[in-house]
Amino acid sequence: MTLIADLVEVDAPDPIEEAGGRQANLRTALGQLARKPFFLIAVCYVLFVVVSAFAPRLFTSWGPYDTYPESAVVAPSLDHLFGTDMYGRDVWTRVLYGSPLTIKATLIALSIAVVAGLGVGVVSGFFGGRTDAFLMRIIDVLLAIPGLLLALSIVTALGYGTIPVAVAVGVGIVPGFARTTRAEVLRVKTLPYVEAARAGGASWGRVLLRHILPNSWGPVAVLTVLDAGVAILAIASLSFLGFGAAPPAAEWGTLIADGRNYLVTAWWLSLLPGVFVAVLVLSLNHISKTLQELNR
Amino acid sequence: MTRYLVGRISQAVVVLWAAYTLTFAILYLLPSDPMQLQLAAAGLQEDTLSADQLAALKHQFGLDQPVWAQYWHHLSGVVRGDFGTSLSQQVPVTDLIGQRIGQTLLLSVTAAGVSLVAGSTLAYVATFVRWNLLRVFLTRLPALGASFPQFFVALFLIQFFSFQLGWFPATGTEGATSLIMPVVTISVLASSVLAQVLIKSFEQTLAQAYITTARAKGLSRSAVHLRHAFRNAALPAVTILGVIVGLTVTSAIVVETVFTREGVGKLAQEAVLSQDVPVMLAVVTIAASIFVFVNLVVDLLYPLLDPRISHTRGREYPKVVTP
Repeated sequence: MTLIADLVEVDAPDPIEEAGGRQANLRTALGQLARKPFFLIAVCYVLFVVVSAFAPRLFTSWGPYDTYPESAVVAPSLDHLFGTDMYGRDVWTRVLYGSPLTIKATLIALSIAVVAGLGVGVVSGFFGGRTDAFLMRIIDVLLAIPGLLLALSIVTALGYGTIPVAVAVGVGIVPGFARTTRAEVLRVKTLPYVEAARAGGASWGRVLLRHILPNSWGPVAVLTVLDAGVAILAIASLSFLGFGAAPPAAEWGTLIADGRNYLVTAWWLSLLPGVFVAVLVLSLNHISKTLQELNR
Repeated sequence: MTRYLVGRISQAVVVLWAAYTLTFAILYLLPSDPMQLQLAAAGLQEDTLSADQLAALKHQFGLDQPVWAQYWHHLSGVVRGDFGTSLSQQVPVTDLIGQRIGQTLLLSVTAAGVSLVAGSTLAYVATFVRWNLLRVFLTRLPALGASFPQFFVALFLIQFFSFQLGWFPATGTEGATSLIMPVVTISVLASSVLAQVLIKSFEQTLAQAYITTARAKGLSRSAVHLRHAFRNAALPAVTILGVIVGLTVTSAIVVETVFTREGVGKLAQEAVLSQDVPVMLAVVTIAASIFVFVNLVVDLLYPLLDPRISHTRGREYPKVVTP
């Protein structure tokens, strides 16, 4: 796991909007998306994970901590989709009940990245000059520390748990956001309509809020989706290494780590939750890639 | 040229110093109580000690000094190659890392090499084949490879190749066969990242006019791809070399933990568990210096590889799209 998103620069969207305004564009875009089957599957899967996190009862009849010693270590079947662990707990249920923790951590990480990254990027691109040079040097320094190690240092200082892990991962994806936002703001700032708005007497603040931000958020949104996948992988890795929530609550990474010791006899304990996470990350990647192609 | 060289090298030194300072600030200034961290790492309970013992320990750890004095003490130590003493093992951090870094470097360098070969081969084949179905599959493959958590790949390999087939040992550092699965685990991610960049670059290069010229001359498809396109398309691979090396180094943390290899990565994981701050600071500093150094070398060599780029203009960074 690495926070490779630090390097991501998403392609700029075509600045020329067709006649008909944003709503018509949105409608054509949705029409195009509806014709992409893999995109739809990916969206459905992400929605399923989110819904099942908040209402796991809909998708399983077992409880996450119910132990059934008589049906311990049962291979996957229709009764137990992901099999059971050595206490007879249903692994599928434990994965679903682990979702809220991971989703919460992902949202915290993304909020940190969006707020700090967007802030730094906008200030840097908008003011330029020394402010820009100074902020970008800080970003360079953050990029010089490999993502996972930066996260581990923060976890060392803050202690374990879902929130420290989320903060650590969030800080790691700030640089990518800051760079992308800055590049977008710089690009939009030089466009004729910004000059026109200024010439029409609009203040810089108004130009920033009404003209620059709405036109530069596209690539940032694509990056947010992409970074959701990065954050999930990073959070899973950190909880796999043993820095996540305390037992018996189990994040996805913790579940996979626990199953590790039973790999010989019960491969499903580790591998099936792993597939669950991988498909989610793959879906998010695919969604962001499709959106990016649409933007172009 | 000399001026550029001096400027670029001093810039690298400044970034490295700032990275060290930032890590120091995270580890020593965040809300956690450093005294408690150090006592916990040394296996002591704060309330079992008398005030005198506490003060003596505080002096021993250097925590009775102001923060800037501690910082200066650590920084001047690092310049001399002294990272202090490990809190949990009571040995100099330099010795601890010295014993283990060979293992990690062997793993990382091998994995970086394998990733370079595998990533560029995949990119080359993916853009060379004409059968559309295979082409789409191969271009999408890197996204798949980058989506699997590394620990999952490692566990899968162990389950399949160690337990089912019994080909390679599941853990340990004995012999060359124990290196194979860790290297593959790292390479799956690193080569996927590389292949994504390369495939994009290949597609851009193949759209250039000189490729059309080469084809119009009647050159074979393989000659056009290999001799005309590959060399230019491969340039972005050089610029992300730093990223690839950084990836292989950080991957070592997860991979060494899963395969129980006694390397620096596992040391880092244990250091977080025992809150061994000096070890953590040393590992981060070393990893950052490797990353900064590789980037510096790439920056200095790049104009030699691509004469279109001069030192005065600097190089253009490729657009990396990875998860």
